Amino acid sequence: MPSNKSVSDAPITQFINCRILRDNELQREDLWVREGRILDPEKLFFDEQGYADKRVDCEGSIIAPGFIDVQINGGYGIDFSQASENVSDGVSFVAKKILEHGVTSFCPTLVTSPPEVYHKVLPQVKVHDGGPHGAGVLGFHLEGPFISAEKKGAHPEKYLRTFKSGGLEDLMEVYGSLDDVAIVTLAPELPGSQSVVRELSRRGITVSLGHSAADLSQAEEAVQHGATFITHLFNAMLPFHHRDPGIVGLLTSDRIPAGRTVYYGMIADGIHTNPAALRIAHRAHPSGLVLVTDAITAMGLPPGRHTLGQQVIEIQGLHAYVAGTKTLSGSIATMDMCVRHFKQASGCSVQEALEAASLHPAQLLGISHKKGKLDYGSDAGQSRLHLYFCIPAVRAAVVPPLCPQRFLGCKYGLFSWGGGCITVDQSLQFL
Amino acid sequence: MRLVILDDYDLASEWAAKYIRNRIVQFKPSADRFFTLGLPTGSTPYGCYQKLIEYYRHGDISFKYVKTFNMDEYVGLPRAHPESYHSYMWNNFFKHIDIDPANAHILDGNAQNLEEECQAYEQKIAEAGGIELFVGGIGPDGHIAFNEPGSSLVSRTRVKTLAKDTIVANARFFGNDLSKVPTMALTVGVGTVMDAKEVMILITGAHKAFALYKAIEEGVNHMWTVSAFQQHPRTIFVCDEDATLELRVKTVKYFKGQQPTRKWRHLDKPPLREGNWTNGIGRQNLKEQTHD
Repeated sequence: MPSNKSVSDAPITQFINCRILRDNELQREDLWVREGRILDPEKLFFDEQGYADKRVDCEGSIIAPGFIDVQINGGYGIDFSQASENVSDGVSFVAKKILEHGVTSFCPTLVTSPPEVYHKVLPQVKVHDGGPHGAGVLGFHLEGPFISAEKKGAHPEKYLRTFKSGGLEDLMEVYGSLDDVAIVTLAPELPGSQSVVRELSRRGITVSLGHSAADLSQAEEAVQHGATFITHLFNAMLPFHHRDPGIVGLLTSDRIPAGRTVYYGMIADGIHTNPAALRIAHRAHPSGLVLVTDAITAMGLPPGRHTLGQQVIEIQGLHAYVAGTKTLSGSIATMDMCVRHFKQASGCSVQEALEAASLHPAQLLGISHKKGKLDYGSDAGQSRLHLYFCIPAVRAAVVPPLCPQRFLGCKYGLFSWGGGCITVDQSLQFL
Repeated sequence: MRLVILDDYDLASEWAAKYIRNRIVQFKPSADRFFTLGLPTGSTPYGCYQKLIEYYRHGDISFKYVKTFNMDEYVGLPRAHPESYHSYMWNNFFKHIDIDPANAHILDGNAQNLEEECQAYEQKIAEAGGIELFVGGIGPDGHIAFNEPGSSLVSRTRVKTLAKDTIVANARFFGNDLSKVPTMALTVGVGTVMDAKEVMILITGAHKAFALYKAIEEGVNHMWTVSAFQQHPRTIFVCDEDATLELRVKTVKYFKGQQPTRKWRHLDKPPLREGNWTNGIGRQNLKEQTHD
């Protein structure tokens, strides 16, 4: 066929024989991609008279947007809260490894730490897009230190702080800079938090309520000031009580400002939350559910003792405890496990499970026009949609399942165009 | 005229698709000799397109050296609108086959100068060497493409205002809201289609029966523009039984008599034997029942 290069010389790939997660449903459509951007094939056909340079047969797999993990403390021996000289290398390493779980964008999370740690770590990592080299960084998630002593969980008590000098000054004193911060978790019952919530929201930083003993009215007030997220629902907050639902009551509160959605993170690893509680939350407010891993350093590592923030934790099987106690210190679940477990525990559809890990976090962070969806990219000058492709489980049988080359050696050779989508089969199994 | 009558919509679609396929294959199109095909839209040819896609997937046909010219398009409807004929052709046909986008021609209802667009279209058809096979449908008012009753039978591609009948018939695609249906369209003329070497008209459904009657059993009349094809040397009307409801029995019998009867019955599987009290077949079936 004659050349089809009217708008761009970049090759066009067409994924055929697949189901796409688009508009809340799985559509039997082909996916057309050029330069990491999803094309409108009709426009391509009539306007550019273009056609695919390369066809990839997905053999009936699902193509979904890459997962977005908004709470991950580290993994594979890397701890984001450690003030090392080379934080960005550690972040890049984890970023590359979590691609295997389908995560294409994430928020490196820092637990409560002394100011020196923040001052050292934060400037070393900038927001950037991902690609075959690793997932993209959407900004830091600063979980603490402005949290409740009563609900500190695994966070070290001596570094907890309150708002002493009127909000923003405290933040800047502790964190140093808010430039590449995406989410801040704080406890709204701390005096002076309202102005902080307002200020952070004004700057476009997502405010999350967590590690808090707030009651429902304090939580609602924080939402009215701009908070939009709940850090790992049920964990590190007052339990639901029928006369004072606490933060959990935000799921069905009628005092949420119109047009706003309160999202809530859930660690769906079967350990941090009983499946029945997961179901209650999901049924109460399905569109706000955001799957997070809250994965710690030990994720991906063998059982034993490891460092998290300023503390030591111990791994036993699928559990990770604060060493010497039975306090959960974080999960070692991976995002794909969470998606699978969530689908199985809640009985929801494949679309909903995939959306809880892609679309909802994108909506939470206000980036759903670029990420979390497989809609057509715009004509010119817009950000790339971030995609990732991996071999479906059917093909994994051909390639050894633990082969480290299974992405680099992807038979479809997709890494040349700098992006991809996650591909899973019906039971959400992939490598 | 050839009148081919099939039992139902699916068989009629299949027959038409096979005919198109055979014509293209026998033509042996190549890079210097394209097969030019005129194409319709609407619910009638949908089954035919599905079958053609099936044949393409099976490897029986390629559209690499086929040029297509669609009959019509609404004026003023955005090209990406789900009811535009561009969308129809893309979703129901082009996206599934291997046609070169440069060879798929559809009138542009959003062109700056509609007259020029029509003339350019005629020009393109001429440059392509004329149309080998023009496939079309028929409206309930007997129109071909959007050549509404009263259209000249020697007309060329032009802008037409749609008749009330057509707007009402198309309202179902626009949420049954008459105000949303476009009122003007660009269409190939009756003369344009008459210039094709061969014309195949698909007509299915009882609501088209009267139009078919008017088209083939009455005279050539600009009120039923499909009747113009009575004067074309090679026309085929493909229809299902329902579409023949208004025809004379004599006409139907005459044309049905021309179709070869099925001579391959012996190749069918033997018919299932029914059980009855004498041959004990039902009894055997009972014995094989499980008791879950």
